Amino acid sequence: MSALPRAAITGVGMSDIGRNTGRPAMLHLAEAADRALARAGLTRADIDGIATYPGKADNSPGMSPLGTGEVRGALGLKTRWHSAVPDGPAQMAPIMVAAMAVMTGQARHVLCFRALTESSSQSAGRRASIAGAGKAQIGGWLSWLVPVGAMSASNWAGWIANRYFHEFGMTREHLGMVAVAERQFAQMNPMAVMQKPLTMEDYLAARMISSPLGLFDCDIPIDGAAVVIVSAADAARDCRLPPLSIEAMGSALQSPETWDQRADLTTMGAHDAGADLWARTSLKPADVDVLGLYDGFSIFVPLWLEALGFCGHGEAKDFIAEGNIAPGGRYPVNTGGGQLSGGRLHGFGLLHEVCLQLWGEAGARQVPGASTGVCGMGGGFIAGAMLLNRT
Amino acid sequence: MRPLPELTPENTAFWTGGERGELTIAFCGDCRKAVHPPQLLCPACQSQAVAPRAVAGTGTVYSFTVNHQPWLPDMKVPFAIAVVDLDDAPGVRVTAPVLTDDPDTVRIGQAMTIAFEASGDVWLPLWKPAEQAA
Repeated sequence: MSALPRAAITGVGMSDIGRNTGRPAMLHLAEAADRALARAGLTRADIDGIATYPGKADNSPGMSPLGTGEVRGALGLKTRWHSAVPDGPAQMAPIMVAAMAVMTGQARHVLCFRALTESSSQSAGRRASIAGAGKAQIGGWLSWLVPVGAMSASNWAGWIANRYFHEFGMTREHLGMVAVAERQFAQMNPMAVMQKPLTMEDYLAARMISSPLGLFDCDIPIDGAAVVIVSAADAARDCRLPPLSIEAMGSALQSPETWDQRADLTTMGAHDAGADLWARTSLKPADVDVLGLYDGFSIFVPLWLEALGFCGHGEAKDFIAEGNIAPGGRYPVNTGGGQLSGGRLHGFGLLHEVCLQLWGEAGARQVPGASTGVCGMGGGFIAGAMLLNRT
Repeated sequence: MRPLPELTPENTAFWTGGERGELTIAFCGDCRKAVHPPQLLCPACQSQAVAPRAVAGTGTVYSFTVNHQPWLPDMKVPFAIAVVDLDDAPGVRVTAPVLTDDPDTVRIGQAMTIAFEASGDVWLPLWKPAEQAA
């Protein structure tokens, strides 16, 4: 049993995501909210809390176009509790603070959202996902990266991957297995943006972005929104679906706020959060049926597998090669296609998929009988992990 | 055009030491710990006697990446970026582009020597493979 008083996920929804949709972020958000409310059997009047990551931000085009205030206004919500969390346990932060809000009685049903319009921003000629582009000066942790030419997260993930390859003998083929497996899942998910088959040959032939990472090691900017409704345990009983109890959360972060100073760069903040997660529950990795692991870049998947204890340090390449994470595997990862083939909803899409699996709503890609799932969000120095259990 | 670092009291020594050809790292005056990125307090002992001093400017490549994607219209690719363990500042890495005609020759374990290029009011670090440094 968890030491936590109970909070649960009672609904999730995703908009019709796509590339260059030209559709305003708010319309994506409203669609995702409608779908989450319908799944939960709730109405807008039931929502009394709202949370997001990171809050409205203009540091990277389309990265976070909506804040809690304008969403509250647009959806006509009468909320009692509000939070936007840019710091700490990454994209998982709003789900975690929402859980704490319902546990402490601040709210009954919290609408947590993530909206992005990176694809439309990119098509409009503004390079998405490049922090500080167009600015004369940059501060904070980015100031140690961007001015020295490391403008893209693909650079930062690239040197993590090269060090991991060097220490453990991983090759591009292992990361190709991650990309191919996620594409196979995507082909079973009508909402995934990439539907064409992807072979290992395609993967290896694709152009290099930042070595050793090529085009198919990088996730796909999209326009879209996802909503996750977090409810107090007693309120969750009134919902349409069995509540997905938040069994444990892991949010430890113990390395510097940088992408290059962590003593061992074959590990990430994920390893702190992962250890923290299992310290808060009697469940073990072997109890998990389905995984959602942050895959902004393919290399994060093996690191998250190790961070969450599904295999030992340096063993992920064999764990992947044995087929564990692919369709039909013992520990299927990112069954909706992940961000590599489904599209980048910044972790929320991965959690959305884990929840669908636990409710048995994952269609052709359903993992039979899945009742326990884990989700890890974040790369580099930010991370948050959550263990969910269908009650 | 790449953004330049915003100068603060803590980081100015690092970004301007290149004017004198010096790589400047902050150290705790009490427990001697190297503190990077520089900050006002030593994270180990909480001393406020954190001050910059020049180090040798040599190190070993801990990891690297070769960037092939032109993220900005004026970006010349490919180029290598190295994450370098400093020889004389334990636990500190300095990440910088590698000055080389062939980025594919950069290797983990390779010895590097610091160089600088002026840009605006700062001097950006560059790593030169040590065998070319003389």
